Amino acid sequence: MVAMPAVPVNEVLQSVNLSWAGFILWMPLISLFLCGVCAVMKVKTKAPAIITVICLGTSFMLTCFLWQSYDQPDTIHLLDWLNVEWADGSFIANFSLYVDSLTLLWMLFVTGLGTLIALYASEYMEHDVGKGYTRFFAGVSIFLFAMSCLVMADNLVVLYLGWEGVGFASYWLIGYFYQRPSAVAAAKKAFIVNRIGDVGLALAIYLIWSTFGTVQYDEITTVLASDNFEMEYGGWTVHAIPYLLMLAAFGKSAQLPLFVWLPDAMEGPTPVSALIHAATMVTAGVYLIIRTYPLFMLDEYALDVVAWVGGLTALVAATIAMAQYDIKRIMAYSTVSQLGYMFLGLGVLSSYGAAYHVFTHAFFKAVLFLTCGAIMHGFAGQLDLRRLSGLRKMKGWKIVSYTMLVGCLALVGFPFTSGYFSKDAILAEAFITHGVGFEFLGWLALFTAGLTAYYTFRVWFRVCAGPVSFEPGDELHGENSASFHPHAPRFIINFVLIVIALGAILAALPYFIPNETKGITGGWVADMVHDSHGSAGVQKVSSGDDHHVHLFGMPIHTAMYFISAVVGFIGIGFALYFHLIRRSAADKLRVKLLSSRITRWLPTAMEHKWYVDEVYVALIRTPLWILGKIFSIFDRYIIDGAIVNGIAAIPRAVAKWFSPLHNGAVQSYGVSMIGGAILIALLMLYLPEIVEILQSINEQSGAEQTTAMLGGGQ
Amino acid sequence: MTSSALAGYLIVSGLLLVIGLVGFLVRRNLIVMFLCTELMFQGAAIAFVAIGRYLFDYSGQVMVIFILTVAAAEAALALALVVLLHRQSNTLDSDAFGELRE
Repeated sequence: MVAMPAVPVNEVLQSVNLSWAGFILWMPLISLFLCGVCAVMKVKTKAPAIITVICLGTSFMLTCFLWQSYDQPDTIHLLDWLNVEWADGSFIANFSLYVDSLTLLWMLFVTGLGTLIALYASEYMEHDVGKGYTRFFAGVSIFLFAMSCLVMADNLVVLYLGWEGVGFASYWLIGYFYQRPSAVAAAKKAFIVNRIGDVGLALAIYLIWSTFGTVQYDEITTVLASDNFEMEYGGWTVHAIPYLLMLAAFGKSAQLPLFVWLPDAMEGPTPVSALIHAATMVTAGVYLIIRTYPLFMLDEYALDVVAWVGGLTALVAATIAMAQYDIKRIMAYSTVSQLGYMFLGLGVLSSYGAAYHVFTHAFFKAVLFLTCGAIMHGFAGQLDLRRLSGLRKMKGWKIVSYTMLVGCLALVGFPFTSGYFSKDAILAEAFITHGVGFEFLGWLALFTAGLTAYYTFRVWFRVCAGPVSFEPGDELHGENSASFHPHAPRFIINFVLIVIALGAILAALPYFIPNETKGITGGWVADMVHDSHGSAGVQKVSSGDDHHVHLFGMPIHTAMYFISAVVGFIGIGFALYFHLIRRSAADKLRVKLLSSRITRWLPTAMEHKWYVDEVYVALIRTPLWILGKIFSIFDRYIIDGAIVNGIAAIPRAVAKWFSPLHNGAVQSYGVSMIGGAILIALLMLYLPEIVEILQSINEQSGAEQTTAMLGGGQ
Repeated sequence: MTSSALAGYLIVSGLLLVIGLVGFLVRRNLIVMFLCTELMFQGAAIAFVAIGRYLFDYSGQVMVIFILTVAAAEAALALALVVLLHRQSNTLDSDAFGELRE
């Protein structure tokens, strides 16, 4: 990889007429305020949902208008925030928006899906009206505000504000069912694991400021494009920055080894899982890396590390997803796996592929989560795929089943679905770009695509196909489990599912929109990424590189279309056999694997999520616990025992010597008084003699100083 | 006043002081103990007035007046205390009032 960044430096103009774009940010904040008012008034209706949906919808409309009126990157100044200048430097982080095509791409699906999912939640959360309803929509509003801050910021400090804000909103919403200990634990876990990444981001921002003297994107790129860049900024910091940013991205986007929080985050209500933990927040890491792509070019191996971590995360998460029974958890691991693909894309210099996959994934994963939520909602919390079957034949569940099928097909990368094009952009690039073991990673990702097809259709064949049978979950709300009737979703949920499923299908269209920019391929998303900091990762038509790479006698992109389709079909075929045609075969295979000593580790490790949580306990929690114990002993016996109580014991010990004097008998007081008076009298009578005796003693020992002192006393 | 006459006064004064002191230490009755302290006061007062007369210095007499004042105030306070204590525990034995000891 070359050290020189290939970034077009655009003239960034101060714009006045676009200041209404600030309302994209303010609308969720207004919604949060109104939800607060609802909470104070103890509203017992669906008012908070209506407010939130209207506000977020307005935000989406404004984003669309901004997109229509967009022609070049622009800074929109909202208000002064941190603005300090001194003789030879400055720290400027204003509350300003940086609007370029990348921002718009992200904001379009963030606000669009946010609105739709808030609408879905208005029905999904209705059992909580008057109790947690307001709290939920306040959380969604604050999330949308923070996410907009993150995406639209024109500098890293405001991005950091949004970054922490989404983390907080995530904590708030995962812990929504705060009476449930597992939800509280999951919320804490998400917050604490994210904190590790946040440390990386904070340090990276500091290093960026100390190296480049600014935290504003456009100024950073100006510095990077300057002629004497190599000479002036060639220190160690430019090599440390990408790795710290990486740590931040891996924490937020749930990559190895920091992915453990995301599956647990499924404790939150399902709309939250769909919005925050699948479609939007977890893609913040991808956004951060695209935004700082030029900085990643400065270190030779930074992007290789990103690619490897992404590729391995995709594989590990996919294998875990294969062995889970909770459909929501499978979707969570699938999200981790797909995020792994995105990072692989970033690593193999396909920021376009990563961004496109973010875009398509947002739709199909949202629809998958929302269908899971509808099932969970209708079957009293039942999520076990062994206890649900044949949903598509049940009355009222057709829309759920088929929208889920759409999501599954897109996730698998079935030919001509949206996921097909976005995943192929990443896979092909892995074979084209030169890097450490990228070709191996390409094959690994293809293998993972097969696993993805298997576990995705395992869910669909088990839950939606096959004979009709079901058991309700444990959230019966007073209903009898024998006479239980699943309540199918009503109009709003079905409507939202259809809209997002359509979105998942139509997300394939941008691929076919001809490029406005000359010399690149990949359709609309490629255009959007090319005009931003991620332009280095957009595939060039005439780069010549890809024509040299052939696989099975075909150009790489064509080959990829065939291979990934075949891999997908194989995966679906396995799922079809094991989970629809002969369901008992899957259990038999598992028993067979478990009975053999050599293969026993495979299902065990997969079902126990490769023991990652246990490794965390052994490597981090146990040492910390032991350290805590040592500190606790030190505190109890040294600080408390020796120092605090020790000092307190001194006056008590001194008092022990004198307390016999106070025995309560007046006569003894009288005797000591008289004794004292006699002593004073004797001293006054014989003072000169006493002094003389002392002086003679001192003269004998020859200590003249003492004599002088006593002489003074005379 | 000759010095031998002064010696007589001082002997009487010393006797009064010692009688008061011994009485204070050996008796247990609060009122008697109080009277003994008065006796010691008078012993001191006699010494003051005698030495003042011997030296033709009036400050001895001034001191005596001062002692009488203090003694009167002390009598008022001490007797009030004695009455209160008697009300509290129905006795005048000083050993009965040892609650404040360590």
